[in-house]
Amino acid sequence: MNIINIEHIAKIYKVGFEEVHALRDVSLKIDKNEYVAIMGPSGSGKSTLMNILGCLDTPTSGKYEFKGVSVSDMSDNELAKIRNKEIGFVFQTFNLLARSDAVHNVELPLIYAGVPTAERRERAIQALIDVGLKDRLHHKPNELSGGQRQRVAIARALVTNPSIILADEPTGNLDSKTGEEIMVLFHEIHEKGNTIILVTHEEYIAEHAARIVRLKDGLIESDERVERRYIPKTKNTLVT
Amino acid sequence: MRVLLFELKEGLMIALRAIASNKIRAMLTMLGIFIGVTVVVTMSTAIKGIDNSFQQGISSLGSDVLYIDKWAWFSNVEWWKMRNRKNITMEEFEKFKNLAKLPVAVAPVINSVQTVKYQERRVENVFINGSNADYVKTTNFTFAEGRFYSEIESNSSRQVAVIGSEIAKKLFPNLSALDKTIKIGGENFRVVGVLAEQGSFILGPWNPDNQVYVPIGTIFKNFASNRWRSITINVRAAGPAMVEETKAEAEGVMRKVRGLSYDQENDFSINQQEGLQENYNSVVGVIQIAGLFITGLSLFVGAIGIMNIMFVSVKERTKEIGLRKAIGAKRRTILAQFLLESSVICLVGGFAGLIAAVILSMLINQFIPTSIQIGSVVLGISISLITGIISGLAPAYTAAKMDPVEALRYE
Ligand SMILES: Nc1ncnc2c1ncn2[C@@H]1O[C@H](COP(=O)(O)OP(=O)(O)OP(=O)(O)O)[C@@H](O)[C@H]1O
Ligand SMILES: [Mg+2]
Repeated sequence: MNIINIEHIAKIYKVGFEEVHALRDVSLKIDKNEYVAIMGPSGSGKSTLMNILGCLDTPTSGKYEFKGVSVSDMSDNELAKIRNKEIGFVFQTFNLLARSDAVHNVELPLIYAGVPTAERRERAIQALIDVGLKDRLHHKPNELSGGQRQRVAIARALVTNPSIILADEPTGNLDSKTGEEIMVLFHEIHEKGNTIILVTHEEYIAEHAARIVRLKDGLIESDERVERRYIPKTKNTLVT
Repeated sequence: MRVLLFELKEGLMIALRAIASNKIRAMLTMLGIFIGVTVVVTMSTAIKGIDNSFQQGISSLGSDVLYIDKWAWFSNVEWWKMRNRKNITMEEFEKFKNLAKLPVAVAPVINSVQTVKYQERRVENVFINGSNADYVKTTNFTFAEGRFYSEIESNSSRQVAVIGSEIAKKLFPNLSALDKTIKIGGENFRVVGVLAEQGSFILGPWNPDNQVYVPIGTIFKNFASNRWRSITINVRAAGPAMVEETKAEAEGVMRKVRGLSYDQENDFSINQQEGLQENYNSVVGVIQIAGLFITGLSLFVGAIGIMNIMFVSVKERTKEIGLRKAIGAKRRTILAQFLLESSVICLVGGFAGLIAAVILSMLINQFIPTSIQIGSVVLGISISLITGIISGLAPAYTAAKMDPVEALRYE
């Protein structure tokens, strides 16, 4: 069964008297353990699509089923619950709480999930170890490099064991070497059985994915399975 | 219930983190509520203290005592009309006493202001109360030492005196006043009794503690100018229930003594503690309303300050709110977070204000007795909590209804 099934999604923004068609008619099915890259020129509607997939935003029209359940009819609270339990977001700008250390940043979703203090500490620390930040547990964002910040953000996305990871240009703010390291991390996460959707502008980043969806002017231009670039299947031993 | 408690605890933790990360701003915000609560609590403590003193003082007057006087304490009779009234004389008092059947005690009173001395110690401007032995029955006096002067002493105008506790303290700081000879306006009087503390500071020279009591004859004898002054007749009813009846009888008897015909109006007044109480209540009412207004204003200013800061804080944290929503915070969780933040700020400010108020009250207590009430404490706490919630509500609501996508995009 597919995790995500959208049919004829449209998103129209009204700016003054003008209408902006961010998405015109988008249909997409994504299965469990898929690794999808979404590409397209700036303004083609990639972020808009991601926000809708992540239940952050609602489409103007069209159908969205998440794990077979229609999202359109959900209340605000139910959407918050889906975002909390089923979806892990990774943003281009990391979006960490500046004054909190890595552990607190990672345990944040668990607070909203109602996980008791001791357990969520433990899980947050484990998630940070998994992304290779064992010795950076109590560093604040401004005491971390860009790559490390994104790892904290990835740990935060993973800590709830979501059904799907949504990453909107996760390497957009990183240099190519650090970006590559993050991609290795995504690769490992995918190997463990996670489902990943990733937005990127870079072909070499998209090559990590098994499927590339290209958007243009709010429409899907192409959607194809691709040959994956070889990734050394080593344990993550990268610089932290 | 468990879930609610969990959310409350977590919300509180988040709020505390937010406050801790911006201590100076939180402190400045607290200042507003701090001042408000300090003013409210100190004010209410002081008013309560003054009120206690007044009630204590007024009860020393006795609620069932009538004062027949040339002058009305509170009335709309013109001043010149009262001035033209005849003086009340000792003869009229005697007649009144014989005719009035309801009172349990009737006493003539005249006051003279004199200096009281014992050796080199002196007290100026003391009210010297001249009356007869029945006077004590028109009061609720209790004695620290000795007794009131007797009927024999009063009838024969002996030079004896009963002194109030404050006078005793000033003239005899560390020895018994009993049987000592004091000088009142230069004349010798022997002290036969000392009152226990009766009234309160608020009555000033009228406070029984600041007065000296002597047989009325000695006033006329030693201070001759008083012979032509009007006396007051103190009339005690047989309990508060009998006050109205006794008053009606006293009016009738007094009219008869004065020989007034039915169409002439009273040429005397019958005063009562009740009038004093009413007057006092209206004064205190004004003070309380003024106090309420001032404190209300200062709290209002404080609340606006908090609301302003909370709005800024929400605006500043737009991105954070978006992030929290993106990872699963519900609207009510965000709402609670900001409400708790403003409530905690207000409560801390309120507590500090309360402590300041207690210290202030203790300082004021040096001048007028204040009374710190548990009610004032509850008042202070609830005011700060309510202010916190009210001033936090609008900003918290703004935060809660933010669109996560917009919020995340905010720079
Ligand atoms: N809140 C909004 N109000 C009005 N128009 C919007 C809004 N959000 C997005 N748009 C418009 O919708 C279109 C798609 O925007 P979107 O952010 O999805 O593009 P994108 O593919 O993510 O671009 P980029 O690669 O630059 O991030 C753009 O034309 C944009 O101007
Ligand atoms: Mg985008």
